[in-house]
Amino acid sequence: MTRADIIGIQTIVRKETHRIFRIWIQTILPSVMTQLLYFIIFGGLIGSQIGNVGGTSYIVFLVPGLVMMSAITNAFSNVASSFFGAKFQRSIEEILVSPMKPWAILTGYLSGGVVRGMVVGFAVFLVSAFFTPVHIDHPFLFFYFLLITCVIFSALGFFNGMFAKKFDDVGLIPTFVLTPLTYLGGVFYSITLLPPFWRMVSYANPIVYMIDGFRYGFSSVSSTPVLTSAIILTLVAVGAIMIDLHLVKKGYGLKS
Amino acid sequence: MALALSINNLEKTYATGTKALKGVSFDVAEGELFALLGANGAGKTTLIGILTGLVKKTDGSATVFGIDLDKEPEKVRSMIGVVPQEFNFSIFEKVLDIVVDAAGYYGIPRSEAVPRAEQILKDLGLFEKRNAVSRTLSGGMKRRLLIARALVHQPKLLLLDEPSAGVDVELRREMWEFVQKLNAAGTTIILTTHYLEEAERLCKNVVLIKEGIVAEHGDIKELMTKTGAHTLEDFYLHVNKRV
Repeated sequence: MTRADIIGIQTIVRKETHRIFRIWIQTILPSVMTQLLYFIIFGGLIGSQIGNVGGTSYIVFLVPGLVMMSAITNAFSNVASSFFGAKFQRSIEEILVSPMKPWAILTGYLSGGVVRGMVVGFAVFLVSAFFTPVHIDHPFLFFYFLLITCVIFSALGFFNGMFAKKFDDVGLIPTFVLTPLTYLGGVFYSITLLPPFWRMVSYANPIVYMIDGFRYGFSSVSSTPVLTSAIILTLVAVGAIMIDLHLVKKGYGLKS
Repeated sequence: MALALSINNLEKTYATGTKALKGVSFDVAEGELFALLGANGAGKTTLIGILTGLVKKTDGSATVFGIDLDKEPEKVRSMIGVVPQEFNFSIFEKVLDIVVDAAGYYGIPRSEAVPRAEQILKDLGLFEKRNAVSRTLSGGMKRRLLIARALVHQPKLLLLDEPSAGVDVELRREMWEFVQKLNAAGTTIILTTHYLEEAERLCKNVVLIKEGIVAEHGDIKELMTKTGAHTLEDFYLHVNKRV
């Protein structure tokens, strides 16, 4: 890695971060508002009637899932919309004609998604402190699972952005893939409550491992072994990045 | 004389089956202001796209200042500045940010990029607009912004793809003066334009591409004499009518 590579990556990250904070009403606030409503309705009002889930109060059980839900959707949509926007306006060409290497371009965009996912995730986590005392049992695991989740969904967002031909395509995956997988990934319930067949089906959903690992970091509650979750997610992240890198090198959707 | 650009049998066939380039070869000497002419669809923009990495060539080779495009594409791109035909900057960003970020992509640190970008914007009469969002600029200003962005990394070879399209007479004249100054300072420039009288005035050598092949290549005056043409426009029409 040369100094020029680092400067190139910094330029994309600075540009992306600046955009995220410049339009914070569109990028940060909506998720925080939505999760605030979840905390009020499911955590405060309904949660108080539910009792303990997985050995903790329902609202404590809910916090990691809601933080992850925000991080996932924001990391994904940041990269998908930003990259597709650059393609649509053709401003991506100013990067493609430069000497920036494919891996450096990818690193820059993924970092932008990670920044937004983490910022929104932490913002939602801070909001949760108004509803329940928050204590992080395993800070390293808490941070690791949040980070690896943001990396994975930034990489998937990049993939979506590369294949998208029109703005509608950017919204398809969040609506028809991400939202169902997230809701069925154990945000609101422990998958140990499911019948055996559906529990097995749930284990094919990578979001289960993200939320479970993150929940363990937060409150030491988990329905899957943490090491298994960490290994699976690291492999998924590496796989997603390698596919993206291959596509950028080939210039898929970028070069004619 | 050393060559700035050497193109050898360059071919491009698009996925649609369109053959945009059918074996184009020509050289451009270092320090030249060179005209790349041809009708719409002749293959000029495809050629520029191949050199800048936006288009994948089907066959052939190219070197820029002796560096092979296939072997060291990043090094080649670091030496090229390109002013595209269409506006391709973000419409949401400020003028100064667009130029400074472009410098960043070429590995120029921000501390160096900001004063450099400000100077170029002053030279191009855009400094007062440095904090304006790019979409609010007039057409001529947007054109100059493209030039500023292409120059911020001080390229040795500048590719101007119809830089004066849609620009009024006064501004066009100022633009050409700026281009001539750049060339006098040592930048090799390849210019595509449909204003042939300006190409005739500015450039010594020309390559005329017709339907993806080099129809004519050489010294403008000599080519005009050879065909009995009084102007480059006459010569151009003569070649384009030739079967």
